[in-house]
Amino acid sequence: MTLELAIQYLMAGITYGSIYAIVAIGFNIIYNTTGIINFAQGEFVMFGGMIAITLLNFMPLPIAIFLAVAITMVIGALIEICFIRWLKSPSVLRMIIITIGISILSREVAVHIWGESIRSLPYFVGNEITSIPILGARISPQVLWVVLVSALMVLCLGIFFKTTSVGREMRACAANRKAATLCGINTQNMVTLSFILSAGIGALAGCVMSPITYSQYDMGTGLAIKGFTVAILGGLGSSGGAVAAGLLLGIIEAFSVSVVPLAFQDAISIAILLAILFVRPQGLFGSKEAAGLKEY
Amino acid sequence: MLKIRNLESGYGKIKVLKHVSMHVDPGEIVTIIGANGAGKTTLLSTIAGLVKAASGEAEFKGTNILKSKAAAIPALGCVMVPEGRQVFATMTVEENLLLGGHVLQKQGKQVLVELLEYQYELFPILRDRRNQLAGTLSGGEQQMLAMGRALMSKPSLVMMDEPSTGLAPLIVKEIFQIIVRLRQEGNTVLLVEQNAKAALGIADRGYVLETGKIILQGPAEDLLANQDVQRAYLGREKTEEK
Repeated sequence: MTLELAIQYLMAGITYGSIYAIVAIGFNIIYNTTGIINFAQGEFVMFGGMIAITLLNFMPLPIAIFLAVAITMVIGALIEICFIRWLKSPSVLRMIIITIGISILSREVAVHIWGESIRSLPYFVGNEITSIPILGARISPQVLWVVLVSALMVLCLGIFFKTTSVGREMRACAANRKAATLCGINTQNMVTLSFILSAGIGALAGCVMSPITYSQYDMGTGLAIKGFTVAILGGLGSSGGAVAAGLLLGIIEAFSVSVVPLAFQDAISIAILLAILFVRPQGLFGSKEAAGLKEY
Repeated sequence: MLKIRNLESGYGKIKVLKHVSMHVDPGEIVTIIGANGAGKTTLLSTIAGLVKAASGEAEFKGTNILKSKAAAIPALGCVMVPEGRQVFATMTVEENLLLGGHVLQKQGKQVLVELLEYQYELFPILRDRRNQLAGTLSGGEQQMLAMGRALMSKPSLVMMDEPSTGLAPLIVKEIFQIIVRLRQEGNTVLLVEQNAKAALGIADRGYVLETGKIILQGPAEDLLANQDVQRAYLGREKTEEK
C-alpha cells in the first residue's frame, strides 16, 4: 500500500469515525441521565439531515441547518415528554423496547414525509470534485467540515458538563438520581434536557455528514448500531472513550477495505461489538476506578 | 416547625407507618429511635417526598409538604441527609457541595462561595479533599460531605438518616459533636438513629418507633431513664448502672 493510499484510507476512517463518535456521545448523554440506551439516536441524525434538506428550498444553508437542529431538539423533547416522562419507575428493558418502538415510528413518519429517495445537502464549500491535497492524498473539504464540527461539539460538550451549573446538575443525576432529588434538582427536567441535547448533536452530525454519506429515511438503524458499538467499545458513559473508540472503529473499517470486500465492512463492526461484549463489557477505555464508582 | 398528624405511608399495599403523629419545634434536636424495619427511614423519606403518603398531614412552616414534589422540598428549607451518604461518587467534593446549594443558585455566586467557606470551616477535612472524587473518601468523610451538602441549602430543618451507620466510634463522636454545634448555631435537626444511646445523649426530645407506630415519646433524659427503652435499645438493665 502506498503512503498516499494509506492517508486516503486514514482520512476516510477519521471522517466516519468522528460521525460514529458523535452518535455514541448521543447515546452516552442519555445513558448517563437515564441509564437506558436510546435506540432512536440514529433517527435524530436522519431527522437533522432530512429537515435541513427540506428547509434548504426556502432559505440559505446555514439557517436551514440551524433550524433543522432546533426542530430536531424539539422532536427530542417531545419524544421524552410523550413516551418516557410519564413512566413511573420503568424497568430498563421496557424503556429500551420503547426507544426501539420510537425508532421504528420515526422511520415510518420519515418515509411518509420524504419517501424512499436518497437526498443530500450540497457541499458546504465547493462541490463533489473539489479536493485539497494533503501529503499526496486528495481530501474533500467536506471531510474537514465533519472532523472540525465533531471536534468542536466534543469540546463544547466537555466545557458544558465541566463548568456550567446545568452541566453539573446533569452529571449529578447520572451519578445518583435520588441524591440529586434531595438537593432539589428536578431530575425529570434533566432527562428531558439530555434528550434535547443528544437530539441536537445528532441532528448537527446528520447535517454535516449529509453531503458525503447522503440522507435517507432508514439511515438511522445502521448508524445506531455503529454508534452503539463505539459507545460500548469506549466504555458506556465516557465521552473521551467514545471519541477514541469512534476513530478506532472508523479507521479499522476504512483499512479493512484493502483486505476484505467492501460488503463485509458492516460485519467487521458487528464482530467487534460481539467480541467486546464477550471479552471486555466495560469497554476498552472504561477505567476500573470510574467503573467502580458508577451505579449500574 | 414540622407537624405530622396521623401519617400513614408505605410501599404499594404494604403500610409501613401507621398513624404516626409527631412534631419538631425550631432550635431543637429531635431523635427517632427504633430497631431495623421500624419505619424510621420511611418516615423521613415520606417527609422528604421520596415516598408518597397514603393519608395524614405533614405541615412544614405552614405548608402541607405531602403535596409537594420531592425536588421542591429542599427549596422550602427542609433537607434530608440520606442513609448511606449517597454522595455523587464520580464528582469532586467541591462539586458535591455546590450541588447542595442548588436551591440558592439564583441568589448569586457570592452566597455559594460564603456557604462553601462555612462548610470547609465546619468540616476542615473536606477542604483538603476538595478536588478529590467523592467516591474515594472514607466513610466518615463521605458522611461529613453528605451533611455539608445538605447544609449548603441553608435549611431550617435538617433530617439525618442514620449518620452513624458503619462508622468507627471516634468518627461517630465527631459527627454527633457537629450535630450539637448545628443546634448551637440555631439549626433544627431531626435525627433518626439505631444508636439510641448516642442519639438520646445529644437530643432534646425523642420518639420511639416500633413496627410503624410511635410507642413512646418525651424528653431525651426521660427516655434514657425509661426501663423499656433501656432493655430494648440500650442493651442493659437499669440495675447494672448502680
